[in-house]
Amino acid sequence: MNRLPAPASANFAESAESEAAVGAHRDGRGRPRTARLIALSDGAFFTALAVIGGAYVLLIVALLVADGAYMVHQTLRTVADSPRPWIAALTSNPILTALADRKIQYSIWLSMISCSLSAILSVLFAVPLGYLMARHRFFGQRLLDAFLDIPIVLPPLVVGLSLLILFQFPPFSWFARSVVYQVPAVVLAQFSVACAFAVRTMKHTFDHIDPRCENVALSLGCSRAQAFGWVVLPEAGRGIMTALTLAWARSLGEFGPLLVFAGATRMKTEVLSTSVFLELNVGHLEAAVAVSLIMVVSAVVVLIIARLWGAHEVAA
Amino acid sequence: MIVVDSISVQAGPFRLDDVSLRVPTGDYAVLMGKTGCGKTTILESIIGLRRVKRGRIWLGDRDVTDLRPAVRDIGYVPQDGALFAKMTVEEQMGLALVIRGIPSVAVRARVRELAELLGIAHLLPRKPRGLSGGERQRVALGRALSFRPQILCLDEPLSALDDDTRLQMCELLAGVRAHTGVTTLHITHNLSEAYALADCVFRLENGRIEMVDLNGLPRGGNGDPARVRLGRTPSRRGGLHEAAD
Repeated sequence: MNRLPAPASANFAESAESEAAVGAHRDGRGRPRTARLIALSDGAFFTALAVIGGAYVLLIVALLVADGAYMVHQTLRTVADSPRPWIAALTSNPILTALADRKIQYSIWLSMISCSLSAILSVLFAVPLGYLMARHRFFGQRLLDAFLDIPIVLPPLVVGLSLLILFQFPPFSWFARSVVYQVPAVVLAQFSVACAFAVRTMKHTFDHIDPRCENVALSLGCSRAQAFGWVVLPEAGRGIMTALTLAWARSLGEFGPLLVFAGATRMKTEVLSTSVFLELNVGHLEAAVAVSLIMVVSAVVVLIIARLWGAHEVAA
Repeated sequence: MIVVDSISVQAGPFRLDDVSLRVPTGDYAVLMGKTGCGKTTILESIIGLRRVKRGRIWLGDRDVTDLRPAVRDIGYVPQDGALFAKMTVEEQMGLALVIRGIPSVAVRARVRELAELLGIAHLLPRKPRGLSGGERQRVALGRALSFRPQILCLDEPLSALDDDTRLQMCELLAGVRAHTGVTTLHITHNLSEAYALADCVFRLENGRIEMVDLNGLPRGGNGDPARVRLGRTPSRRGGLHEAAD
């Protein structure tokens, strides 16, 4: 009679034992209980992710819907006595009323100009800084990296106050009369914070561009500047656009530094965020919400343009 | 001729000391070694991308140790090509010539000539996105050869290719060498590439470079098809170079 050799038999016994041990973890249908537990755990995990993430998305949606609903409610109240309520709703709703206001028109105009200027300035500073941080190792780099986050973490009012104090000292004090509480202060206050975000974006962009392309360009005869201009900068196009959008949106939302450094003078240093504050101050909640909605729409339009540009870049 | 004379290089925490190498003019040298042993560091030192702490590097009769990469005139093909994503194939193959101020007619003619040689003329208007591995390497090779360098450095140029494409590229590299007579340093850890192409083989091990007798090396398990197809043997040193002259 053939018998299995002793070692194999021992292995067999061992595996039967382990099989029995596994069998103890099976459910009524013979499926391993651990697998069911894992499936349950996975389900719970994804549910938790969806619930937590969804709650925040809901909050954002609720914020926007609440603004819209308030506007609709106010519009309906205004036009309730009108003989032609629909036409009245279209012609005299709070947004159109706000848009017709010369002060708000000035505020929109100044916002667009100052945000665009500060966004362009931010990118102009962020590109070289981001590139330097991403590509080169130098003494004090980690310190500089942390230092660049200061405008992001500082309380906005402190940024404004610091700017105000800065312009007490030469050489800044020489220009104080034409900057502080004037239009240039608006741009400078927006730029001070927006640039930090643009630098982060550009560093991230350059971190993800293969340095070997640059090395090849150098070997082909390019100087550092030529390699940067011919090879790196074109590849950073999408990142530049993102930095520009982010800086623009950040500038649009800037308020604290503006209030302290540029003031809130109507028809002079009033931008949209200041308008919301001024309208609220005099109890015009409708106008404040209307201006807020204008800001929401502007920001969404800029975001869509940036995303479309990004998609176009990827397709190209 | 490439002469690396007792150089010391630091690459982060990694350090190579007292490394020497000599590739005669017109030879095709293959530098082998395990991953992470410092092959690329040596190549980058020769190209000028990495500062040498000690020792000298000579290209022909020029001491290039302190020269910038731009003036060393070395053709460089990195792993997977590192093509410029925003330039067409034609633009990147002509970049070195544009930088040198060559008239655009001459640039176009040179790019066209190289593209014909490398079999990528149909790719000239395309951007790198969507090119196959073999096509990418051909473009990178064309870009590196565009300004007629005397030295060509290839950093594992065939490592990401499938067997058939690798074989085609080996034939192409042998053809390019025969056509241009360029002195080449090719980094690889693939023995069949060494058999197919090399006049001299070096091995970098424990921070030391040793010249290896190709006949004494073990053959690849696949019967070394590249060598059979190309009909080249290590003993034909200089043969292709002479033909080019």
